[in-house]
Amino acid sequence: MPVVLETVGLEKHFGGIAAVAGVSLKIEKGARHALIGPNGAGKTTVINLLTGVLRPSAGRILLEGQDITALEAHRRVQRGLARTFQINQLFLDLTPLETIGLAIAERLGAGAHWWRLIGSNPQVVEEIVEILARFHLTDVMYERTGNLPYGKQRLLEIALAIACRPHVLLLDEPAAGVPEDERHEILATVAALPADVTVLLIEHDMDIVFSFADRISVLVNGALFVDGAPQEVARDPRVKAVYLGESLDA
Amino acid sequence: MASALVAEVARRLARRARWRPFEYAFWLAALASVFLLPGRHLILTEIAWLALFALSLDLILGYAGIISLGHAAFFGLGSYVAALLAKHGVINEPVLALVVSGVCAAVLGFATSFLVLRGSDLTRLMVTLGVALIMREIANQIPDITGGADGLQGVVVVPILGMFHFDIFGHVSYAYCLIVLFVLFLLARRVVYSPFGLSLRAVKGNALRASSIGISVNARLVAIYTFAAFYAGVAGALLAQTTAFASLDVFSFERSADLLLVLIIGGTGYLYGGLIGAVIFKLMQDWIANLTPQYWQFWIGLVLVLIVLVGRDRIGLWTGGVGALAERLTRRLAPGAAPVPVPPGEGR
Repeated sequence: MPVVLETVGLEKHFGGIAAVAGVSLKIEKGARHALIGPNGAGKTTVINLLTGVLRPSAGRILLEGQDITALEAHRRVQRGLARTFQINQLFLDLTPLETIGLAIAERLGAGAHWWRLIGSNPQVVEEIVEILARFHLTDVMYERTGNLPYGKQRLLEIALAIACRPHVLLLDEPAAGVPEDERHEILATVAALPADVTVLLIEHDMDIVFSFADRISVLVNGALFVDGAPQEVARDPRVKAVYLGESLDA
Repeated sequence: MASALVAEVARRLARRARWRPFEYAFWLAALASVFLLPGRHLILTEIAWLALFALSLDLILGYAGIISLGHAAFFGLGSYVAALLAKHGVINEPVLALVVSGVCAAVLGFATSFLVLRGSDLTRLMVTLGVALIMREIANQIPDITGGADGLQGVVVVPILGMFHFDIFGHVSYAYCLIVLFVLFLLARRVVYSPFGLSLRAVKGNALRASSIGISVNARLVAIYTFAAFYAGVAGALLAQTTAFASLDVFSFERSADLLLVLIIGGTGYLYGGLIGAVIFKLMQDWIANLTPQYWQFWIGLVLVLIVLVGRDRIGLWTGGVGALAERLTRRLAPGAAPVPVPPGEGR
């Protein structure tokens, strides 16, 4: 499989601290790739570097063979790299309908239209309705996002990334904070993502990781520790010692 | 089934931009004031250009979240450009001169927009304040052109479209300002209900997420700041044309601060805040100044403190309540009309 997202010697320093220290990662097209590691290992920093929220101190990022290291965040989205956030980042004053509509309009290049009214393009509306239905948000689509229950907000968080129709999707702990009885809804939508969408998942829950991923990278202290198929990683005694040991303590 | 839902959603989306009864009432009242209050046209003229100026600030503050203490920079530039164009006979026709003044202010807005892209509210306050101070000092330092501290004398404004002469009672001035306000209001209304307008609210709500769904946050902020500067420039030009005068105080800090006050009184983010605020502010100023000519600023200050204590949210609720009440009344008065549930978030 061709490599769709690649980092070469990626580094990020905050003051004297190296949050990410020389990560070289290859993610294949269509992969279900999990990035795991103990708290503070630098997982979210890697995501922030990949998406352009942070600038790397050193190293390069390649998306579908092209160097995107210097590209602004919104341009990376336009190239097909979307993400969700560990802590919901939503537009609390807008409705799910408006929120999803924004992302679709933006993708179609209609986001800056200042004369045409929203909803005048039937294709856009059709797609909004389809995505809202897929993420079980149809019944709350007219409600203010800030008033939605947490589980629904979490679904919208993922739906919003999907509305960007990404080639590569970065999921930062999609089920974080979701009550047990609502988790399956979120995990089912993640599992049902189209096979040609490449997914990089950050997750603490080992059940989710091992049921979802076909490849796992372990990050410890900002460096890539182990990288391999789930069975290999599960068997690796160093991973057990460093990662699972610590997670049991925590 | 699915297509029925699509149609329903499209209808609901289209309805976001429909005119509400409250809006008809507001503009009918404005129109009525032209005919019913001829003796008050001078103060109504002031209200009209102040409303346009406040609408300009609402576009950046209420929709894009950019706070400014120096919006008078654009107002003042528009004012001087209009006065100079008229004085030297470069462009005599007031409407054309108005547009040119607005465009000049927009150019300044574009150039200075890059200063407000980054930073907190505090930095934005300081940067915008600084720009206005610089503009004032420039005008002060080139008295050959601007008249310096004496103001720009000898401005003669020719009839609008060659037909309507400005009169000393402000009849033509008021009609002129009101028409300009209405036209630019319609434009602003269209813009805030467009995908661009929605994306501004997204940027205001969460800039990080906005950029994560492909929105170019900086480009949107530059665009709305430039657009708002055009409005402020036109408002300033209206002042210059209706008074045939421009002086350094068009750039003053008090003007920018009063403008913020106007918007706080009226509320932000629903377009009418600046308009209603301008009416209340000017009438209050006029009323208090008649009551106690020396202490009117004391009373304005007191009102400001009360407003902030009561809280903008509650004032927002109050205006939302009026809107909802008006809506209920129209439905009651129209028998046979199907009850339409008000989608949440629309009331305000």
